[in-house]
Amino acid sequence: MATIITIYGLMGICLVVSLVKSKEKTKKAFKIAGKALLKSAPSLLTVLGIVGLTLGILTPEAIAKLVGEEAGFTATILAAVIGSITLIPSLVVFPLAGSLLRSGATVMTISVFITTLVMVGIMTAPMEIKSLGKKFTLLRNGLGFFAALIIAGIMGVLL
Amino acid sequence: MMELIKKFKFPILIVLAFAGLTFWMPDMAARSTKVTWDYFQEMALILPPVFILMGLMEIWVPKDKIQKWLGSGSGIKGAAISVVLGTLPTGPLYVAFPMTASLIRKGASITNMVLFLGSWAALKIPQLMVEIKFLGVSFTLLRFVLTLTALLLIGLLMDKIFEKSPDKAWLESTGEEATAKGPGKMKM
Repeated sequence: MATIITIYGLMGICLVVSLVKSKEKTKKAFKIAGKALLKSAPSLLTVLGIVGLTLGILTPEAIAKLVGEEAGFTATILAAVIGSITLIPSLVVFPLAGSLLRSGATVMTISVFITTLVMVGIMTAPMEIKSLGKKFTLLRNGLGFFAALIIAGIMGVLL
Repeated sequence: MMELIKKFKFPILIVLAFAGLTFWMPDMAARSTKVTWDYFQEMALILPPVFILMGLMEIWVPKDKIQKWLGSGSGIKGAAISVVLGTLPTGPLYVAFPMTASLIRKGASITNMVLFLGSWAALKIPQLMVEIKFLGVSFTLLRFVLTLTALLLIGLLMDKIFEKSPDKAWLESTGEEATAKGPGKMKM
């Protein structure tokens, strides 16, 4: 809700300022926006579908079961893979991570899950590629994955 | 017709996957459909204003300003602006991609944009609040510091890589406006 208010508020203010300054240029801005939106439509729909499919199959309970049942190294790798693929709202992730931690998962497993979740987005990659190109997307996510593993390793040792 | 199929090949594949799932695992199909619908509503609400903001930015924000604030010479100040912009409560990551493309076209540096995207995804303020509540202050703080360090390193590394070999396909994939202005002006 806060997001919606922030974005629409910001757009409202900018639109008013833009309209006051020049109607012509505002029209041009809308044209650019429309074109960009149409161009991203296929990748948008793809992301939507993939998100839906994955979350439908990998529910929080399913993840808890997968990560919870395995122990040690396997659990950590599994957490990294699930974290890289899925896109879960933070309101769901942190309670899930908290309960996994209490039910015996290691700090490393939990932090690898969270760091890969926020730093690697395989499901949003089609959209990222559309906007920023293949090379940028691959590098950002690939390096992010290794960074996530290292961060989780350090956290596992320190905490 | 063929072209249309080619353009929408992934959405078509997904529809087929949904159909298959409905046939074999109706439970999962129902859940997936609900999630997809929820996200569709969210996107339908958030994306139009995001793209309009992007359009306005393309038109109004002068290139030299972005270059000065977020360009390769902006130093620590530019990095700080990128991180702060990223941590604001502004919505899911996919919102940030078109904005980032727009900023890069205006002359923002790769390092700063990696910081921007990274903090958008990993260091959002509302997200940190929830994290502190469920995983504790020390966990959250440590992750924050380590993530920020990692993002900075990744950003610097990617900047070097792009400097050495710029992505040629990149100029096309970042939209017609960029090519219209001439690829020679792109600063990376």
